[in-house]
Amino acid sequence: MNPASCGTPAANPWLAFPVQITGITDETPGVSTYELQLTDAEVARNYRFQPGQFNMLYLPGVGEAAISLSGQSESGDRLRHTVRLAGNVTHSLAGLGVGGRFGLRGPFGTPWPMEECRGRDVVAVAGGLGLAPLRPAIDAILNAPDEYGQLTILYGARTPEHLLFEQVYPDWRQNGAVVNVTVDRSLPGWQGHVGVVPLLVDRMQLPDPENTVFLICGPDVMMKYTVSSALNRGVPAERIWINMERNMNCAVGLCGHCQYGPEFICKDGPVLRYDRVQPMLRVEDL
Amino acid sequence: MDRQERFLETDRLQTLIDVLTDAGYQVVGPTIEQEAIIYDEITSVDDLPRGWTETQEPGQYRLQQRDDEAYFGYTVGPHSWKQFLFPPVATVATAERTDSGWEMRTPDEPPPQYAFLGVRACEIAAIEVQDRTFLHGPYVDPIYRDRRDRALIIAVNCTQAASTCFCTSMNTGPRCRSGFDLALTETADGFVVEAGSDAGGRILEQLPTREPEATDLTAAETARQQAVDQITRRMDTTDIRNLLLDNLQHPRWDEVATRCLSCTNCTMVCPTCFCSSVKEVSDLKGDEITRERQWDSCFNFDFSYMNGGVVRNDIRSRYRQWLTHKLASWHDQFDVSGCVGCGRCISWCPVGIDLTEEVAAIRADAHQPEEQP
Amino acid sequence: MSVRPRLGVFKFASCDGCQLSLLSVEDELLEIAARLEIVYFLEASSHYEPGPYDVALVEGSITTREDEQRIREIREQTRFLITIGACATAGGIQALRNWADCDEFVRAVYPSPQYISTLSTSTAIADHVPVDFELRGCPINTRQLIEVISSLLKGCRPRTPVHSVCLDCKRRGNVCITVAQGIPCMGPITQSGCGALCPTYDRGCYGCYGPARQPNPQSLTDQLVSQGASTKELIPLLRNFNSNAPEFRRESDRLEGHRTDE
Repeated sequence: MNPASCGTPAANPWLAFPVQITGITDETPGVSTYELQLTDAEVARNYRFQPGQFNMLYLPGVGEAAISLSGQSESGDRLRHTVRLAGNVTHSLAGLGVGGRFGLRGPFGTPWPMEECRGRDVVAVAGGLGLAPLRPAIDAILNAPDEYGQLTILYGARTPEHLLFEQVYPDWRQNGAVVNVTVDRSLPGWQGHVGVVPLLVDRMQLPDPENTVFLICGPDVMMKYTVSSALNRGVPAERIWINMERNMNCAVGLCGHCQYGPEFICKDGPVLRYDRVQPMLRVEDL
Repeated sequence: MDRQERFLETDRLQTLIDVLTDAGYQVVGPTIEQEAIIYDEITSVDDLPRGWTETQEPGQYRLQQRDDEAYFGYTVGPHSWKQFLFPPVATVATAERTDSGWEMRTPDEPPPQYAFLGVRACEIAAIEVQDRTFLHGPYVDPIYRDRRDRALIIAVNCTQAASTCFCTSMNTGPRCRSGFDLALTETADGFVVEAGSDAGGRILEQLPTREPEATDLTAAETARQQAVDQITRRMDTTDIRNLLLDNLQHPRWDEVATRCLSCTNCTMVCPTCFCSSVKEVSDLKGDEITRERQWDSCFNFDFSYMNGGVVRNDIRSRYRQWLTHKLASWHDQFDVSGCVGCGRCISWCPVGIDLTEEVAAIRADAHQPEEQP
Repeated sequence: MSVRPRLGVFKFASCDGCQLSLLSVEDELLEIAARLEIVYFLEASSHYEPGPYDVALVEGSITTREDEQRIREIREQTRFLITIGACATAGGIQALRNWADCDEFVRAVYPSPQYISTLSTSTAIADHVPVDFELRGCPINTRQLIEVISSLLKGCRPRTPVHSVCLDCKRRGNVCITVAQGIPCMGPITQSGCGALCPTYDRGCYGCYGPARQPNPQSLTDQLVSQGASTKELIPLLRNFNSNAPEFRRESDRLEGHRTDE
């Protein structure tokens, strides 16, 4: 897992590339997807990312935020980032609008293990905004159905109106994925599941657990219980991958902020194999 | 390389500084400031702490006069070479608003070319530890690299030890074995000098040295042995990685948290600690931005801040993070201990917390790991 | 910007030094005036306008009944209320009255004490109304003030460091004066902001910026006592500009309960 092979590390990791917002899609309350174009033609030509990687979005004078790539345009030259309004960077980003210009460093971090998924059943489990970093992996699998086994997407959100990318679930199903959705709290008209995501894992069809890869992204607690459910169903620890969030400051393993035990989440993660972090998940405040 | 030893008389030391200066180096060495021996730019042997030494205890450092005229008769002080290779504040990037967006750049001015005079064995080890962080990972830090590549290391072998020194436990000293360009051992009459690199050899050739007498070599060996003999502090490093990681819930963490100030001093004086944060510095209009990297510390409350709060929300978890990182997970990350046994964190802790004592306390009452099913 | 945000600067019990910091920024003052409409700032102009205010900078502590009422009125008319300086954020030096007989002070200071109507305490603004941001210091650091104003103009939430003075002190390359000279210094428990001014000149920090986040005052004072400092000497270090900040107040009260030197 050498990050240098994952993307195109700049000669100077502190150098930000200029980008321009080419489109904004409002997704759910407080969440929007920004489509960004690298404005330097040479940089744009060389830029490659893999599912699960992230960029540092840099608003000069405000700061940086680590945001996972949630996809790219059909033409491949526009990068999508699904962002929740949270701090100063995301609020400033929201203030820019289409045409707004700022900076980007990346791509950084480890990708989802697409090689490992090849020829196996894949279960993508997401909570809340955690579906965004999984989306490029889902797209990759559905774009090459012959190379992978059955794809199951298990997704939980706070309420039905917080369900991310809801408009594409029919396409995903059409392309062969099983999509199972649950909400913490129902709203009038909702006829689906109510409850936490790990329950979907407990109830799902899992014909060959030994040969099923789990890709999990969501809040720490949700990932912890999802992992337990998957282990209970007989999925080996080394087939479970989680996408962790920590404070990323430099994104290149030099600043120390995102350490989680021996891992630098920015360069050893964010995607980590569960057996690697298992002992640490038992300790609070690590 | 067969290391040839030469002898430089005490009163010719100035020629070393002059040769370095003529070769384009900015010489940084020990000098007295604010009642301590620190590292700063020097131009003359008069800047050196000749005739001075210090005593160190947990939470205490005091300058003292020696009864001889030794130039390097002290151990290590509050500074380390870290502040020159990994500056406390450095510009990593700039952004300037233009008609069509932002012009974003990284600085490209060449840094000073330093000659470090008086680098101790534990400090060479510390520089090599930081090399692994800043140079040998998948990403290279350009600020560190540019300074490190150009720096010349003139080591000085310790001839005495402080009560806080424990380099022998960490296998980093007190003798300088490698990693230097020149190494000096001070005796009553002068310096036994050896070159450790071609660059060092070229400097050595320009010095008015002579062949050392057998007595010079014996005196040097005796002086170096004195440092070894004076080291009393020990840290048992047997299986230390697992010892600490298996004892993350040890009651000692609660106990040390009642004493720890979480003030960051240990991390500031530590020659291997590398944590930093980038800060946006902007004019009021927000058109001219400088991205400043500053030393930061895992002891800071908001160092682990994420959306929704900080991860390490008490002193216990922050002290545990520091010590387990330094002595345990550093091995996983960089294949080396993060501790070189210099003892700075012991002396410069305002309340005198001693990591060797903390490790011993955990070891004395260690939890044995459960057998994994 | 079509409409400039309206700024009010208000004074309560204080020395005016923090307001003066705003006036003394000079280079940036014109820029601030161009981007904010300063509608209430008696220290700078006798012209003033009634609220509402987009931003209020509030200096000083609450020491009278009238001020208790006035701060509520300002709060009601203000969108983003920032308290500036140790008086406003912790009660200031005048909070020393909280440990004394206020009536006795009044009798000692004023020839006609019957005209003085005051509360027996001096308290922070946040003890009376919700505060959106606190800028610490005695006086405040103008650089930090500019950063706060600049953040607001960008639509960002201001953030100033909550770590100890020690971090700034060591970034400057200073030698720790407690360790090397035995000088009692509040730096390890005091919030950064001054750039470690006093320790740079071999003076112990006396806590102008109030307690750092999650400080450990007892460990520090225990250590200073063990090195020979007296509680008599330490209590005044905790009881000056930020005496009424909870962490400093608790520790000075604890020390007072353990006085050994009288």
